[in-house]
Amino acid sequence: MNNTSIMIVGVGGQGTLLTSRILGDVALSSGVDVKVSEVHGMSQRGGSVVTYVKMGEKIFSPVIEKNEADIILCFEKLEALRWIDYAKKDATIIINTQRIDPMPVITGKAKYPENIIERIKDNYKKVVDVPALDMAEKCGNIKTANVVMIGVMAQCTEIDKEIWLKAVEKTVKPQFVDVNIKAFNLGYDFARDCFI
Amino acid sequence: MKKLLLGNEAIARGVYEAGATVATAYPGTPSTEITENIAKYDEIYSEWAPNEKVALEVAIGASYAGARATCAMKHVGLNVAADPLFTASYTGVNGGLVIFVADDPGMHSSQNEQDTRIIARGAKVPVIEPSDSEECKNFTKEAFKISEEFDAPVIVRLTTRIAHSQGIVELQDRENCELKPYVKNPAKYVMMPAMARRRHVSVEERMAKLREYSENSSLNRIEWGDRKIGVITAGIAYQYAREAFGDVSYLKIGMVYPLPEKLIKEFASQVETLYVIEELEPFIENQCRLMGLNVTGKDKLPVIGEYSAALIKEKIFGETSEKLNDIQIEVPGRPPVLCAGCPHRATYYVLKKLKLTVSGDIGCYTLGALAPLESVDTTVCMGASVGVALGMEKARGAEQSKKTVAVIGDSTFIHSGITGLIDMVYNNSKGTVIILDNSITGMTGHQHNPTTGFNIKGEPAKQVDLVKLCHAVGVDRVKVCDPFNLKEFEQIVKEEVAADELSVIIAQRPCALLKYVKFGPVLTINQDKCTKCRMCMKLGCPAIVDRDDHIEINPTQCVGCDLCPRVCKFNAIEKAGGQNE
Ligand SMILES: Cc1ncc(C[n+]2csc(CCOP(=O)(O)OP(=O)(O)O)c2C)c(N)n1
Ligand code: SF4
Ligand code: SF4
Repeated sequence: MNNTSIMIVGVGGQGTLLTSRILGDVALSSGVDVKVSEVHGMSQRGGSVVTYVKMGEKIFSPVIEKNEADIILCFEKLEALRWIDYAKKDATIIINTQRIDPMPVITGKAKYPENIIERIKDNYKKVVDVPALDMAEKCGNIKTANVVMIGVMAQCTEIDKEIWLKAVEKTVKPQFVDVNIKAFNLGYDFARDCFI
Repeated sequence: MKKLLLGNEAIARGVYEAGATVATAYPGTPSTEITENIAKYDEIYSEWAPNEKVALEVAIGASYAGARATCAMKHVGLNVAADPLFTASYTGVNGGLVIFVADDPGMHSSQNEQDTRIIARGAKVPVIEPSDSEECKNFTKEAFKISEEFDAPVIVRLTTRIAHSQGIVELQDRENCELKPYVKNPAKYVMMPAMARRRHVSVEERMAKLREYSENSSLNRIEWGDRKIGVITAGIAYQYAREAFGDVSYLKIGMVYPLPEKLIKEFASQVETLYVIEELEPFIENQCRLMGLNVTGKDKLPVIGEYSAALIKEKIFGETSEKLNDIQIEVPGRPPVLCAGCPHRATYYVLKKLKLTVSGDIGCYTLGALAPLESVDTTVCMGASVGVALGMEKARGAEQSKKTVAVIGDSTFIHSGITGLIDMVYNNSKGTVIILDNSITGMTGHQHNPTTGFNIKGEPAKQVDLVKLCHAVGVDRVKVCDPFNLKEFEQIVKEEVAADELSVIIAQRPCALLKYVKFGPVLTINQDKCTKCRMCMKLGCPAIVDRDDHIEINPTQCVGCDLCPRVCKFNAIEKAGGQNE
């Protein structure tokens, strides 16, 4: 496997930790070296959070630098824009269309940027926008939006679907396995034609 | 078996495998998960102590009693625990004693960026520093051996990126580690001048032996590559250096104090240009300079903030990354905020309304310093709110106390607010202290504390009664109120601030993220009734958004805490999908 660098960006509380755990488990099952750098603490209170997952033959730094990310999984639009310089030229960028206003926007000190997805699509070829929140709602639990996103991402990797499903099953709480599997499949099917 | 573990989880595993039986801590990012994970092992007694000083003292006692013991904290916690540390260095140990201290370069979740290695050097305590999760586990086990062999407490220093990165770890079995016999030995354990003078001699002898050990320890290793460049590095900086310099020669230091000086000289003599790459203070670098070596380090790299491979490339080689897109990235910042439903929001809404000077403290409620609540005036360290308020009163007279309150969380109050309150009682303060009792240690991820009624394992425990405690230390006026009862709370604050007596208000309402907290349905703004007075915007709830022409509630963010209807004078905020009854 070539080295793969995945960033998960979003807002504290959106479930980036669980997502990185699932990705880490997938990498481990694939038998490669892996490092995952997480965010705990203050930013988890609604701040901007970024998690790095790096896998490959031998990983040194757990951190992904500008122009290095193969995949950026964006749980919120504005955060996609904030971290876009970390994408490789041919990166895959998966964007949840959800908008969460940061406090400077809420208080009117700043404007929420316009046309984010269009501007990213103008610059990168592999951009997928996903109404993950609506899809999660359809599954019956809006907290599964992160797993919908994982389902989408699974389509753009060569890793077996079974490995992904097992990782989801292992990582989420037992009582939420079913709804999360449903969410994963919804994302997986949604992205069926996205990465050809 | 191989597992993917956080640095902190790997430390916990190391503690388990080393056969330790006592583990203490006070939570603090980025160290908290160490003890949360130790608590999962039934073979180890674990506890949240009220603060780091007590935590370390309990661990010291366990070590004297013959157990392998540990204590974990964040970097500033070591300031609190410095007193026992400096003298435990003299007494030495019986069972191995390992202290985990997590630094936070870049201040992801901290009030300063101090470097633990400097305190450790002051205390003459050896320091080892892992560079990934596997080393976290293995170095922990080695630390116990060093502690027992050299009769010293040992510090394992971590930084945020090590503590909070996952890496692959090979699990091993738990060593069977017998409790060592406890033998009364005042010459070693009673530190009064006559004994301490002799122990200081032992400490210096120990340092000499540790220097020898460091020279030959497998904790330090040379990785030969191109000898044009030699890089001396430690901790996470090693990983960044590997990516930035590529195939050059490395001296990777695992034992950062005392340093292996002969090994460093030997390495230096075999490379053309020598670099020292370390985050924060020039600890290794200064030692190299004292040894007369010509190195490049902090002359090019900062003592501030986190490093990265890109930063090293830029500062050392002048390489910057080119921009691959033409997207103008002007994005608003996203500072952390109090959660929707947070009890602290109501408290600050009232304090701001009353235009009080707020002597603040550390916890989720520090976020009350940010817009739009902008209520907090000062924040220094845990517990400081109380002393700082008293100092303001003494400097500016009793009138100041009628304009000032101290705010302090339940965990922080127990940590080090009580002593400040006793000072207020004793020295005749007329001030007001508000204890923000949200029944949990919120900021660090919801740990129990002595006021919550549960221990680290979630088992019922005796609960410190805050009202009785305040009465007992001599505060006569103690009021308890739910800050969501805005009118009553405002009235109480007004009265207590005006009173010519010291008072404590306990603002009691559980953290919104606790499992047992259940709110009503999501709310919405009836645009026909809304006059755009923007009163609700003053709450700074992340769910209430100003769309210029109207104000709305984001249904995915609202938790239905029912606070905002209490500030709306026009009854415009209603249950989504229906009228308020
Ligand atoms: C000496 C020290 N130890 C630990 C910390 C980490 N820390 C920051 S806030 C906090 C606890 C906050 O709990 P509480 O006072 O109950 O307030 P809450 O966050 O629940 O509002 C801790 C442990 C610190 N900053 N300083
Ligand atoms: S975690 Fe609890 S105390 Fe902290 S901001 Fe959220 S609701 Fe408030
Ligand atoms: S919008 Fe109102 S009810 Fe909903 S979380 Fe915010 S303050 Fe509470």
